[in-house]
Amino acid sequence: MQRYSGFGLAKHALSHHENWERQWRNPTPKKQYDVIIVGGGGHGLATAYYLAKEHGITNVAVVEKGWLGGGNTARNTTIVRSNYLWDESAALYEHAMKLWEGLSQDLNYNVMFSQRGVLNLGHTLQDMRDIQRRVNANRLNGIDGEVLDAKGVQEIVPIMDCSKNARYPVLGASWQPRAGVARHDAVAWGYARAADALGVDLLQNTEVTGFKIRDGRVYGVHTNRGDIEAKTVGCVAAGNSGVLAKMAGFRLPLESHPLQALVSEPLKPVLDTVVMSNHVHGYISQTDKGDLVIGAGIDGYNGYGQRGSYPTVEHTLQAIVEMFPIFSRVRMNRQWGGIVDTCPDACPILSATPVKGLYFNCGWGTGGFKATPGSGHVFAWTLAKNQAHPLAAPFSIDRFHSGALVDEHGAAGVAH
Amino acid sequence: MFHIYCPYCEEYREEEEFHPKGQAHIARPADPEACTDEQWGDYLFFRDNPRGIHHELWVHAVGCRKFFNITRNTVSYEILETYKMGEQPRFTAEYPEGKPDEQVAAEKVAAEAAGVERQEGVKA
Repeated sequence: MQRYSGFGLAKHALSHHENWERQWRNPTPKKQYDVIIVGGGGHGLATAYYLAKEHGITNVAVVEKGWLGGGNTARNTTIVRSNYLWDESAALYEHAMKLWEGLSQDLNYNVMFSQRGVLNLGHTLQDMRDIQRRVNANRLNGIDGEVLDAKGVQEIVPIMDCSKNARYPVLGASWQPRAGVARHDAVAWGYARAADALGVDLLQNTEVTGFKIRDGRVYGVHTNRGDIEAKTVGCVAAGNSGVLAKMAGFRLPLESHPLQALVSEPLKPVLDTVVMSNHVHGYISQTDKGDLVIGAGIDGYNGYGQRGSYPTVEHTLQAIVEMFPIFSRVRMNRQWGGIVDTCPDACPILSATPVKGLYFNCGWGTGGFKATPGSGHVFAWTLAKNQAHPLAAPFSIDRFHSGALVDEHGAAGVAH
Repeated sequence: MFHIYCPYCEEYREEEEFHPKGQAHIARPADPEACTDEQWGDYLFFRDNPRGIHHELWVHAVGCRKFFNITRNTVSYEILETYKMGEQPRFTAEYPEGKPDEQVAAEKVAAEAAGVERQEGVKA
């Protein structure tokens, strides 16, 4: 792998940047691998990377039906935070946060991780009580957090309507300074390039059409490019996890919903942090390019269509204009949907399945992007050792039968 | 934007009047106390989540406030039919073009004969 550096940039300038090496190979599938990862999004590529880097398992294929990072990795609103309420999820997301903090160096790829802070607004007394409780829980778990009053919020975001006359006045917020945003595509590409350099085969346009299962044990997958064998298969397919589970003969406690996002035309810098509100239900940040990135809730019905309904767009923009009257005349450039796999307790599933050797990493719902490095890290450990990583253990699929749910709806159910 | 035919109001109305309520035809266990953890968990949490034809429960929230069923394609989002509680769908994964008339009539007679008072699982 050609390492990226300032010196390299200067050197390639001499040849008009025409001789850069391809970021990854485009190999033909081998007959057999040690591990197959189904799904070439951020989580799948991260899993492959950590399998190769941390566990020395380099005979790995990432099987992707489309192109790398073309699903939810390319469609989310790029927010990264770890201020979750319960110990189990806080530990998992904080694990991811710590990896985020060194990720660009680790991958030799600028993922543009910008710790610009995230505000979660409170508009009612109950919101503020919940925020107090969550921030206290965060601090006990070693996660940074502060409770701000309306004045404190106004100082951080001068353009927001924090007056008492607002329909839903801002009473305060939780503030996580280490949170922020990252460049979503760069995360997928960075992991892909680093995994490829360690010998992982990235197989694009390769769709899994079934699993090879004998005596309750997986030994490979059928694809449109022929059969590929492996004793361990990890599925990281977000919205399409249910489709894969059906192929393997079991059901998951997931429902796939469209989740929409929008970007505006580029504006001059006006918002240098991330603002989220569960109560008026919207979240917003501004990219380095100047677009406002806006998101809100899922469409209520099941769907695989990667587009959303117009009423949801209207509700989303109502919420944003309620918080930021200054944006009332900003024009939206693009709108799209991703398919999120929502779990009943708003927590992921990182788990073994009824089929031996077949593991699922899914159910991240509306907030998977922030967990990308942590998810890949613990899932790689799980695949390498054939047992759940201690951080993944509470997120076993068994919890839906035992009742040991990790109910994160307070921190995760709405805004991400 | 969906334009949904409410089988009770017998009119097409805008999506905004309705709320989706998840998978239809999930029968509550007759004796919950007798369920194993496995059966109860399956009933509460596990869903079909198909890519294609799906039967959903919806409520006409700001109309007649009645619950009814929709058969919808989850990829194209096309609504194939709406039908009242207790009725069986005409369009299923097995019959994407719709069941033949005789079969629908026979099912209706059978359902009436059985005196169905609650909605049962899909007999596709």
